[in-house]
Amino acid sequence: MQIKRFGFLAFLLAFSFSWAANASNQHGDEHGHHEEQGEKSIKEQIAEVKEHHLKDSHSFHLWGDHASGTSVEFPLPVILWDEGELHFFMSSAFHHSENQTVESKGSYFRLYHSKIYKTDAEGTIHYDEEHHATNAKPIDFSITKTVFSTILVGLLLLWLFGSVAKKYRKDLVPRGIAKFMEPLVILVRDDIAKPNIGEKDYKRFMPYLLTVFFFIWMANMIGQTPLGINITGNIAVTLGLALITFFITQFSGRKDYWAHIFWMPGVPYVMRLVLMPIEILGMFVKPFSLMIRLYANILAGHVVIMSIIGLIFIFGAWGAKGAFFGLTFFLSIIELLVAFLQAYIFTMLSALYFGSAVEVHDEHH
Amino acid sequence: MALLEDFSVGLFFWQLILFILLLFVLRKFAWKPILGAVEEREKSIEDSLASAEKARAEMERLQSNNERILAEARAERDTILKEAREIKDKMINDAKSEAGAQAEKIIANAKEQIQNEKMAAVTDLKNQVAEMSIEIAEMVLRRELDDKAKQGVLVKDQLDNFKLN
Repeated sequence: MQIKRFGFLAFLLAFSFSWAANASNQHGDEHGHHEEQGEKSIKEQIAEVKEHHLKDSHSFHLWGDHASGTSVEFPLPVILWDEGELHFFMSSAFHHSENQTVESKGSYFRLYHSKIYKTDAEGTIHYDEEHHATNAKPIDFSITKTVFSTILVGLLLLWLFGSVAKKYRKDLVPRGIAKFMEPLVILVRDDIAKPNIGEKDYKRFMPYLLTVFFFIWMANMIGQTPLGINITGNIAVTLGLALITFFITQFSGRKDYWAHIFWMPGVPYVMRLVLMPIEILGMFVKPFSLMIRLYANILAGHVVIMSIIGLIFIFGAWGAKGAFFGLTFFLSIIELLVAFLQAYIFTMLSALYFGSAVEVHDEHH
Repeated sequence: MALLEDFSVGLFFWQLILFILLLFVLRKFAWKPILGAVEEREKSIEDSLASAEKARAEMERLQSNNERILAEARAERDTILKEAREIKDKMINDAKSEAGAQAEKIIANAKEQIQNEKMAAVTDLKNQVAEMSIEIAEMVLRRELDDKAKQGVLVKDQLDNFKLN
């Protein structure tokens, strides 16, 4: 049973890494043609859309037309922290002035390549020799598209599980939406929490495991919609999640857990000294791998999907268009699976780490 | 490094805040009631199954009890019947033996009575014989005066004739 599970995990990991590798290839390609001015070829347009999509944005872009340059989007609030001062305005303010700067409390800010820089009144951007902007950057606490989507996902989950909880108030038999969600809750409890943490301790980790599972899943799923949301493909998001797992693990660590890290029982003393730094490194590698796995998988999925959607437009022949349409369709279905799997893996591994933290070894090695 | 350049402190900040908020709100309003309800239901199912099992066992016990009682009743009936038969036989035997005894007693009584009667008759006869002897003796005495020899013959004949049986 245990071996089978690890086999399955190994397969998933291999799968994950192959995707991540794929993503970096794609990334390498697209850096080649990045040009910002003049007549854009369709390839450049696609690359731009792709890059724009993968990056966070200060407004919520719904749809647009490249030929006419129009786009339908709604602005989001910009919150900046700069030199002890808080600046607050809507992102639409960037489009109000000629040089795309916004004046707030005597400072000028300009949105340039989806980042906010501090500029002079003319909006001058200074470049280094590699054509990167060198202007000072305020700390950006804006409600960006990703933050907005995160709130959306949170509200969705609240509504969803709030109504599920309400169903149980009347009757213990699951009805309506509860009938659909309950097996998933049970899945997290019986297949993730109980076997990895143990019957005795699993209960207090359940709220986190359930929240992280459904949050990641929902965020992944909403990323599959044509809204172009990419929450879990942001390393800041996955870092946040991985950090919480890390801290919960450390704070619930029992004596045995720390003993296994600093002074491994049952091995020769020399080995204990060798194992200590490895185990300490392991403490950080575990959440790091959580962070990278989720981020890379989702980012890679988005890159692949967008690339083959782009190929539909690049190829003229209808046969090729049809073939790439089919491929997109096929990969989208795989992405739906990946959306679930990544949520499952993140939750499963978190539970595994919690399990190792609360484990009590009563036998001698 | 592009990864670090793309890292957004603001996004990280909001993600942490929002997620932790979501965690606490969901814990209070969703996970606790849902898990509680699921557990409660599982417990009630378990209890129902256990009580059904118990009821089944009870039923079985009752059934076996019934059978036992039935068997006992049957055995009792058999013993009662047997006893009745025995009593009947005994009664018949008793009656028979009593009747026999009674009959024997009656016969014995009858025999005794007959003996008594016989003795009485004998006595009576003896008395009559004695009377007759006296009469004969009288007659003899009267005749003796006539013929002494004949007298002796007569007495002897008389006595022979009155020989007791």
